[in-house]
Amino acid sequence: MSSDSPEVAIVSFAQAPNVRATHGTTNGVEMLVPIIREALAGAQLSKRDIGFWCSGSSDYLAGRAFSFIAAVDAIGAFPPINESHVEADAAWALYEAWVKIRTGEVDTALVYGFGKSSAGELRRVLAMQLDPYLVGPLWPDSVSVAGLQARLGIDGGLWSEHAMAEVAARSRAANPDAQVHERVTAEELLRRPYVADPLRAHDCAPITDGAAVVVLAAADRARELIARPAVITGIEHRVESSHLTARNLATSPSTVAAAKAAGADGITLAELHAPFTHQEILLRQALGLGDEVTVNPSGGALAGNPMFAAGLARIGEAATRVMAGAADRALAHATSGPALQQNLVCVLKGGD
Amino acid sequence: MKQRAAVLGVGQTHHRSKRLDVTMAGLCREAVDRALEDAGLSFADIDAVVLGKAPDLFEGVMMPELVLADAIGATGKPLLRVHTAGSVGGSTANVAASLVHGGVHARVLAVAFEKQSESNAMWALSIMPPFHMPVGAGAGGYFAPHVRSYIRRSGAPDHIGALVAVKDRRNGARNPYAHLRQADITLESVQASAMLWDPIRYDETCPSSDGACAIVLGDERAAAGRTVAWLHATAMRTEPTTFAGRDQVNPQAGRDAAAALWRQAGITDPLSQVDAAEIYVPFSWFEPMWLENLGFVEEGQGWKLTEAGETELGGRLPVNPSGGVLSSNPIGASGMLRFGEAAMQVMGRAGDHQVDGARIALGHAYGGGSQYFSMWVVGAEKP
Repeated sequence: MSSDSPEVAIVSFAQAPNVRATHGTTNGVEMLVPIIREALAGAQLSKRDIGFWCSGSSDYLAGRAFSFIAAVDAIGAFPPINESHVEADAAWALYEAWVKIRTGEVDTALVYGFGKSSAGELRRVLAMQLDPYLVGPLWPDSVSVAGLQARLGIDGGLWSEHAMAEVAARSRAANPDAQVHERVTAEELLRRPYVADPLRAHDCAPITDGAAVVVLAAADRARELIARPAVITGIEHRVESSHLTARNLATSPSTVAAAKAAGADGITLAELHAPFTHQEILLRQALGLGDEVTVNPSGGALAGNPMFAAGLARIGEAATRVMAGAADRALAHATSGPALQQNLVCVLKGGD
Repeated sequence: MKQRAAVLGVGQTHHRSKRLDVTMAGLCREAVDRALEDAGLSFADIDAVVLGKAPDLFEGVMMPELVLADAIGATGKPLLRVHTAGSVGGSTANVAASLVHGGVHARVLAVAFEKQSESNAMWALSIMPPFHMPVGAGAGGYFAPHVRSYIRRSGAPDHIGALVAVKDRRNGARNPYAHLRQADITLESVQASAMLWDPIRYDETCPSSDGACAIVLGDERAAAGRTVAWLHATAMRTEPTTFAGRDQVNPQAGRDAAAALWRQAGITDPLSQVDAAEIYVPFSWFEPMWLENLGFVEEGQGWKLTEAGETELGGRLPVNPSGGVLSSNPIGASGMLRFGEAAMQVMGRAGDHQVDGARIALGHAYGGGSQYFSMWVVGAEKP
């Protein structure tokens, strides 16, 4: 990688309330308008100052073609803007914006993601991601696919239902502002019924409507905007085969490769995009995160999982803590696809 | 610092209304294999893959790049999925170019496809979400009023659209990959074809195609010693679908993108300095409309260039020597085909539709309600 490209930093983050259902449209405009304003204010920028815009969302989640076009109405994009969109979690939109700043063509970017999962039946919608010729027609839903993965790890001695319940108990207690918040012990959780054996409701992320916004700037510009930007020291992503039986589902080679390339060492805080409890354990094992690392202080996706924004929100949550000085070196992770098929790792450091 | 980038190879499929001989993976692989062969590279040389296509509802698969990862050689590598409506093929090439310009990767594979026979694009475009004006009759019904407005504003004679159709379909007959190859089409036969959306006739309309395109991009070291198409400029602009006072015939986003593009490429007189243009013309009349929007001529003058035959092969500015979108329209790939064909022109690899001595070429794509624009300028020389 070229070393004379500019460093990039996060200068602002905002997110819509994570809730079970909103009354707005599936194009995200109602959720995005206030948080785009909030994120710009946090960086002391106006929309005219933004050099590049990039979003992440899904037409299938919205139940219509071109939902991202309608989302542009949240910006008020006239005069016209320099803009792009990924059909993926907005963490990958952040990656595209990071690349754009590194070209030197722009020195600021605003990234947003949105998802209104309440509009459909999420676990069935996500089955549309599978091989359309041989697997999709059987409708293996996303919770069942994750259940197979959880079972593999349990049978292989990598984790247990009790360890999974402990992840759930910690996540549910982490954040009083999250969609899911309760003080409960692992033992109490284990008395609740299965949803898809070995997964119980607490092992699965909730259904969430939400959106998130991150503002990026070239590091020099970032230091003019705020006192302590969160500098991206590495950001990498990798994809695995879609054939579930061809993958080693008990670990995550794509996360390991991305973390290695991103230089993920010396981490003290991690925000992991794990929509299922066993996936948090799997990711901790794959990344080699020990007890000294604070994981998901936000509660993570298990406390609120706005599809196509939750990965970006992990980066935003980690960056917020770096900007506040609560962590000096943090890792944020985002995932996409069935059973952690595609993974992104972003490493941040305090840039004062 | 921005790194130089170049097109190392281009590949495309044979475009047909139904490619029932291949799956989506097979379709993409056909284009990818040809692009790698054209570049003299293999999958092992590729650092990252960028895939673009239009709405997932067109095939009925959510984020199909996940399923296609193996077929397009992305497994174990970074894979990005771009979607910017009809401009997506162009945007995908531009995002791949950014990965090289930003010094992130040395060789990137860009792939775009559409397999319209897997589902029903008209259905996908006809879903009526609340609070939105229904598109109803698909893209043709949406754009016909823009064309009528153009004719009224410019005073263009009625036969201009048919002239474009004749030219593009005859050009398509020179392109072995084109879906429609109609060497014998005439002005009279186009004017005798059925009126679909007044003033757009059947023969002035793009087909529905299954097809894919792939482009290999590389940095300066990867380009060394090869015949390549150097990137001189890239640009993208977006504006909202509707707002009071919006000019949908000559949209500001297109004008802004073109101005940024020419400035970046150091081009002050595009009509003289550009040797070939691959412009996204899904309905015939968009040729004169985009010639004006791109700044090749003043507003209201585009049809005169077309009428004078200057956009034909051998004219002052050959437009769509490949046959363009009017001859092949795998929607998500149509923009990348424009970008790839522009590169083929300056690499001297356009075969029977080669523009003699082409050194500078434009690739252009648009999408949504004429609101998403992506373009690039490529040249035979280093910028």
